[in-house]
Amino acid sequence: MEDTLLDLLHSEIINYTLQNGDEKDKKEEDLSGLEYIGFSTGYRIIERLTKEMPRFKDELDTMKFICTDFWLAVYKKQIDNLRTNHQGVYVLQDNAFRFLSRLSSGKQYLEAAPRYVAFTCGVIRGSLANLSIQCLVTAEVQSLPSCKFHIQVQRM
Amino acid sequence: MAVCAAIVGKDNSPKFFCCVNPDEELAFQFKVLSSLDIIEEKLNPTNKSASDNRELYLGQLYSLETCKIYGYVTNTKIKFIIVVDSTNMALRDNEIRSMFRRMHSEYADMVSNPFYIPGEAITSKMFDANIKSIITGTV
Repeated sequence: MEDTLLDLLHSEIINYTLQNGDEKDKKEEDLSGLEYIGFSTGYRIIERLTKEMPRFKDELDTMKFICTDFWLAVYKKQIDNLRTNHQGVYVLQDNAFRFLSRLSSGKQYLEAAPRYVAFTCGVIRGSLANLSIQCLVTAEVQSLPSCKFHIQVQRM
Repeated sequence: MAVCAAIVGKDNSPKFFCCVNPDEELAFQFKVLSSLDIIEEKLNPTNKSASDNRELYLGQLYSLETCKIYGYVTNTKIKFIIVVDSTNMALRDNEIRSMFRRMHSEYADMVSNPFYIPGEAITSKMFDANIKSIITGTV
């Protein structure tokens, strides 16, 4: 029940933020509002999720937490594949991303996919920001419903 | 029963302070803020013995003639500090730990409140009352 509610709320948030955007430049949708909602959600929720966790050893340890416990709490499954070059770039691959799993898996809706992953990019960025890792998060959707999140850590 | 509790943010700026006896607040603020150096030291990754301990609760930071100071740091680098009167021998380590855990729960609820902006000082009266009842042991 609650899973469905989150899905519905998420798609309503997308509709709402895109409605308020400028109608003129249709080509380039403005997803920064959506990303920002995700950012503040992630920034707040991580306080609750890490409450029972021991202190993280390092960056990789934090990423593993994002892939397992965090993903499980938000998306009810774990990340399928985590890759890193050990220099601050992490690629998280989800083969059946929850917010994309309701879309038909052909080419038809591929161009609508960015708006369904922008919120999650923000959530990841916000969570990591609160864990004192400043980063850039981008998403890549090649075929529905799988999705790759690229996390690029900003070194000071 | 503790006499004072404080929350200090990521950047070591005070976020919340509560004292059972308001007259002593300034003296306690001084004690709490001077214990931040010890927390920093305990969290330093180059300090081998300390970094092995990955619990959020840091234990007793130091003790003065009149009081003992305990610390707790969340994964998000928010510091909780509790001051206990040193004449109070009844309070055990486990009780302090559970006090911190309850404080952390309160804080997590506070952060989830959409009207609270993370990083600002906490002014909620309800939060203040809840923390007071945690440290005086009336819950």
